[in-house]
Amino acid sequence: MRMWFICRFCCPAAQSNSNPEWEAKVLEYFKGQLKEKESHSWVPSLNDVPLHYLKPNSLVKFRCLVQDMFDPEFYMGVYETVDPSTKANVLRCGKYKDVTECGVDLNSRNTVTAERQTFYCVPIPGESPWAKEISFLSAARVVPSTSYVPSRQKRSYEEDDDDMDTQPQKQREPHTGTHQAEPHGNGDSKRQETEAPSSQTTTPSDCSSHLDLNFPLPGERGPACLVKVYEGLDSFKLNDTLEIYGILSVNPVLTVLGEEKDPSLLLLNPTESMETPEEQRAHDPPASLVPRLHMLYARPLQHNNPLLPSAPTEDQSAFVSSFLVEMASVRAELLAYLTHVLLGDGLAAEYLLLHLISDVYTRRDVLPLGKFTLNLSGCPLNSYTERLYQIVQQLVPCSYRLSMSLHTMNSMRLVPKKDYVANRLVSGALQLARNTSLFLDETQLEQGQLDSSGVRNITALGNLISWQKVDYDFSYHQMEFPCNINVLVTSEGRSLLPSDCQVPLQPQVTPPNMEEYLTTIHMAQFTSQINKFRVYLSLARTLDYSISDEVTKAVEDDFVDMRKDDPQSVTAEDLHRMLVVARLLSLSLGQTTLSRDGWMRAKHIDMLRRSRTEQQKSLNGNEP
Amino acid sequence: MSSPTSTPVGSKRSRDDIPVTPSSDGLASPPSQRRRGQDSSNGDLPAMPTSPATDIASPAVHDTSLFSSPRRSGNFLPSEVDMSSPLMYGTPSSRVEGTPRSGVRGTPVRQRPDLGSARKAPQVDLHTELPSADGAVASEQAAGQKLVIWGTDVNVGTCKEKFQRFLQRFIDPTSNEDENAGLDLNEPLYMQKLEEISVIGEPVLNVNCSHVQSFDADLYRQLISYPQEVIPTFDMAVNELFFERFPDSILEHQIQVRPYNALKTRNMRSLNPEDIDQMITISGMVIRTSQLIPEMQEAFFQCQVCAFSTRVEVDRGRIAEPAVCRNCNTTHSLALIHNRSAFSDKQMIKVQESPDDMPAGQTPHTTIVYAHNDLVDKVQPGDRINITGIYRAVPMRENPRQSTVKSVYKTHIDVIHFRKTDEKRLHGLDEDSDQKLFTEERVQTLKELAAKPDVYERLSSALAPSIYEQEDIKKGILLQLFGGTRKDFSQTGRGNFRAEVNILLCGDPGTSKSQLLQYVFNLVPRGQYTSGKGSSAVGLTAYVMKDPETKQLVLQTGALVLSDNGICCIDEFDKMSDSTRSVLHEVMEQQTLSIAKAGIICQLNARTSVLAAANPVESQWNPKKTTIENIQLPHTLLSRFDLIFLMLDPQDEAYDRRLAHHLVALYYQSEEQIEEEFLDMAVLKDYIAYARTYINPRLNEEASQALIEAYVDMRKIGSGRGMVSAYPRQLESLIRLAEAHAKVRFSDKVETVDVEEAKRLHREALKQSATDPRTGFVDISILTTGMSATARKRKEEVAQALKKMIQSRGKIPAMKYQQLFDDLRGQSEAAITKDMFEEALRALADEDYLTVTGKTVRLL
Repeated sequence: MRMWFICRFCCPAAQSNSNPEWEAKVLEYFKGQLKEKESHSWVPSLNDVPLHYLKPNSLVKFRCLVQDMFDPEFYMGVYETVDPSTKANVLRCGKYKDVTECGVDLNSRNTVTAERQTFYCVPIPGESPWAKEISFLSAARVVPSTSYVPSRQKRSYEEDDDDMDTQPQKQREPHTGTHQAEPHGNGDSKRQETEAPSSQTTTPSDCSSHLDLNFPLPGERGPACLVKVYEGLDSFKLNDTLEIYGILSVNPVLTVLGEEKDPSLLLLNPTESMETPEEQRAHDPPASLVPRLHMLYARPLQHNNPLLPSAPTEDQSAFVSSFLVEMASVRAELLAYLTHVLLGDGLAAEYLLLHLISDVYTRRDVLPLGKFTLNLSGCPLNSYTERLYQIVQQLVPCSYRLSMSLHTMNSMRLVPKKDYVANRLVSGALQLARNTSLFLDETQLEQGQLDSSGVRNITALGNLISWQKVDYDFSYHQMEFPCNINVLVTSEGRSLLPSDCQVPLQPQVTPPNMEEYLTTIHMAQFTSQINKFRVYLSLARTLDYSISDEVTKAVEDDFVDMRKDDPQSVTAEDLHRMLVVARLLSLSLGQTTLSRDGWMRAKHIDMLRRSRTEQQKSLNGNEP
Repeated sequence: MSSPTSTPVGSKRSRDDIPVTPSSDGLASPPSQRRRGQDSSNGDLPAMPTSPATDIASPAVHDTSLFSSPRRSGNFLPSEVDMSSPLMYGTPSSRVEGTPRSGVRGTPVRQRPDLGSARKAPQVDLHTELPSADGAVASEQAAGQKLVIWGTDVNVGTCKEKFQRFLQRFIDPTSNEDENAGLDLNEPLYMQKLEEISVIGEPVLNVNCSHVQSFDADLYRQLISYPQEVIPTFDMAVNELFFERFPDSILEHQIQVRPYNALKTRNMRSLNPEDIDQMITISGMVIRTSQLIPEMQEAFFQCQVCAFSTRVEVDRGRIAEPAVCRNCNTTHSLALIHNRSAFSDKQMIKVQESPDDMPAGQTPHTTIVYAHNDLVDKVQPGDRINITGIYRAVPMRENPRQSTVKSVYKTHIDVIHFRKTDEKRLHGLDEDSDQKLFTEERVQTLKELAAKPDVYERLSSALAPSIYEQEDIKKGILLQLFGGTRKDFSQTGRGNFRAEVNILLCGDPGTSKSQLLQYVFNLVPRGQYTSGKGSSAVGLTAYVMKDPETKQLVLQTGALVLSDNGICCIDEFDKMSDSTRSVLHEVMEQQTLSIAKAGIICQLNARTSVLAAANPVESQWNPKKTTIENIQLPHTLLSRFDLIFLMLDPQDEAYDRRLAHHLVALYYQSEEQIEEEFLDMAVLKDYIAYARTYINPRLNEEASQALIEAYVDMRKIGSGRGMVSAYPRQLESLIRLAEAHAKVRFSDKVETVDVEEAKRLHREALKQSATDPRTGFVDISILTTGMSATARKRKEEVAQALKKMIQSRGKIPAMKYQQLFDDLRGQSEAAITKDMFEEALRALADEDYLTVTGKTVRLL
């Protein structure tokens, strides 16, 4: 609770002596506070708490993905106001605020212009429901504390809007029963935006017609946020996942400025017309829909699994070492579970497990290392893949299923595209956070014609799989953004997309009712068990890995031997794959170095897999 | 009128007057008085901008008598200034002013909204006694006095003097800008430009800021820091000088100085609040231009009661409507007359950071740019330009209904000068427009690197280190990156000789061809990457598109044109449709692209190197077939590749071991270890860029001899067996490769070593791609005619044998296909494949000896 006070009062207090160091001190203070144990949990999160329960100008956190970066803007870092009654000049601070106090003296010589940048942030796309739920529950404690205090709210209102001559009476009315009656942010915006739906925050689907919140994936919901960044602009990149701590600003004035368009003023002042209506809508959406967040501090997220300690601190390493002991047993359980899910196919389950912990850990010039795209071919039709996805979704914190039907391939926007009219990056389904599981369901594909956008989408998927990059469309040129997405392709025959590894599914059981079968398997798992799987998958990915010289030698010898018998049988490509399999296999067992055994096992399962594909080939005759 | 009291004089001068006043006020008799006169009687404002009776440029002079109101005579205007003309709208240049100084007389001043249109920087109005114009004037009158323009350290007199000295004396003997073509470099550069102005009559003087800097650093600093004050001073200086020299010249308006190439800022990303109101130069790409915006400069009000008229200048984008008519004292009787207000042209242009300037992983920034008057419509979306202008920040306008404002400034650039950086592509003058600047140290390290004896090996191994071995291919690509020397034979009618090296990689799938292409594409600044499957002919060349807004036809360039001076990487070359491939013929030899469609006929430069990758037709490379047979590409196209490499699996143990080692290392070595082993990609980039820009090797005597010998040798090899193993194209390839190799060494001379390496590489490539699989000899005709000489001979033999066999059977009108085939196989001692048999049949059919219909063969 202390923090609110600080936010509200640190600025004015510091301005009076205009000490330049105060900013650094404030930041330090906040960072210090946030480092303290438990501190994270008592800052309310925008992800969990509806906007209208949060007080303006309070400290909140937001777990998000940087979807777009707007142009830098200059603002009045320090400005002077003149009190109309006393004529006294007061220096004020504009940092961490959207609007100025009344009576700004634009001609003051004390004005300091400073620079900040706005990021458009959206909740992490494809975040699994369980991840949301768990982080919500862990933050649940703060919810009541934010929604009480109507009196405080009122005060903040008076401070902000004292001088708003327009409807001061009306404004105070709805406050008396804020939280059960109506969110106050709406009360304001409703008046200014005549056609806005009455309760925007609760029905986001309604307002999508008015405002596209630009989520990468269709059907997403949650608050988008304009984050004002003051420090370390270069350290942020597009598509970074961050946890941002900042001051929430939902000042209704922002909306008014956006809405107000006097045609006569427009005529005389063409400067106003430099922003198209689309651009205004994209850059200055109503604050009640897209709140502003003034960043104090941001923490890059390595993962968004709420079950794992998020910061690389001591307790994380303690957590890791305690879990390492269990690793092998959890792996065995998970493998058994996946085997059931994959209709008793143990080999496919093994590969699926490896796929789920894969990660692009580095890039050597253009070559991404560690990616492991899996193609599960021979999937039974009829909603099996859908079910499979639901199970994968239960295990990973971020996932998305792209059903590759002709219609979606032709109509969906996969690659983000710059909209120059609105001056923003229109998101596409491939703008995903790192380590998101992308489930491509090729069984949905039917015969027919792909149009040009369909071809482009397929090419984009191909590029994503082979190079782990997406070429964003900037209309006059393309820009390459590296990504780190786990792609799983399910198909009937071999996929038309490239993949690192194809495993034909060989069901051992044929349940009469697939749906029922999978549901029972899923139901049989306890939540605690599933949670263990979740931790396991996220953790295995973060482990370090190395190969000793001795094993290197052994691998080399092995390769030479294999080639000796039949040079066609093993190519450099195969060695690449086997090295990745060996790496993932070791990591999945919690081993951080490759052992001889590990290598032999990797070779062995790859052999099994290959013999299976060979078999498939001869079965299908001339399948390429 | 409300404006005089509310508008501080300080800000007024910065708004609009400043470009005008120094030239006029400073010259007209008591200027300070006159200025004050204006301020006290705002009704006289129309006096200022009127044209003198002598003004030829003003179209409105003759109207004066018609429209002038009788009340005007009572005005205390200086008599030499004519009254406002009523038909002023839309012609800002008519809003002119007499310049009563001798030479400058008669030439109207044109407003410079680029300098003063929107200055909102806080100007304190406490010191009204010392407005800039007065200060400036005073300093001019008493030259010794140290008076400066308020808020700056600019002394108008000194500044003017310095600039005139600069114009008269500045010589730049090393200039190589294309704008200076045809000027005598040993004469004062800008005096020649003034002369040009007097001849051509375009009253714009572009001044390179780096020239100013080298001439007088202090003047340069002032120019950068106070462009709004200094540029008008420059204008004044240049006009005085010009009309002294060419007193009889008639110009549309007075000369305007347009500085460019300010060194202060290069990159949009580095703009910061300190740059506000300073002169900057940034580069970027135009992404959007607005319609023309007529911006009101001055509003014309007329009283509805007494027809008294008054003018109000636009201040901060607003016009203060006079509440009371000064003549008849009626309140709220004045109405705005649009037709008689003065407007100037304005255009909003959005510029986006060019992709090369950006840090990875961020989105490009955009900036709003305003172009004024004749700079409107100078640029189109898609153009890459350098903009010089003044950076402005304007606070969000206050809303009368609101007490609080958003604490954000809107920023834009008032453009002074545009310079297109990609213009040269169209009139192929020469060489890289984007002259990359290398720091001293960088050049030093590059030179050190070049001095190493194994630089060639080092660089080639630095190329795509993740790809194992394939040394010769990497060397070939390295030479391609450097390119040969461009030779111009256009005087003798042969046109330009291609300097670019084209390379084709073919081989088994999965031999990292694509990876190599990707690497090259990422390495070169102007690389384009396309896939043969996905690209159409128009996507490669250029297409004409109708702009949805303007309905104008716009030429959109494709990958080949975009990679002019770069490398175009084409993957899956074999999957390309024939029509698409056919456009490559022109590009790969003539280096141009001709377009004739939708009323646009033009020839674009496409001096691009092609790096293509092709897969064999039968998914695996068939070593028993020739290259042509394996990849099924027309030989006309193949012969245009300087080097054709096969990327095959070598299949030997030592190689396997090294490969395995390499791959395993790739998976466990840390970043640092790798860095130690190989050159940094950035160094490689700079090395190539430096060599391409500065090194132009020429053949020396021995090298020419060596080349001749090599060529003669190559032809000899084949002639012994009745084949030709080299054509002039191969000689040209050799020369290019030798030149490129000399470039790698940073050598200005092509020496024998270069030729040796070129020969070796060429031979290697030939050995791989042009070896006749039947005989094992190198046979260039495989590439040039699509068939080896032995194959042709063999085909002939089979056909003859077949004919003989048929003849020996006597007169049978028809026979079974299969039976004939079997008979021929039984008869011949060599194995005859079905293909060969069919080819023989076809040959005989060509001779009109027989026809094949289905399964029967009929004699004719």
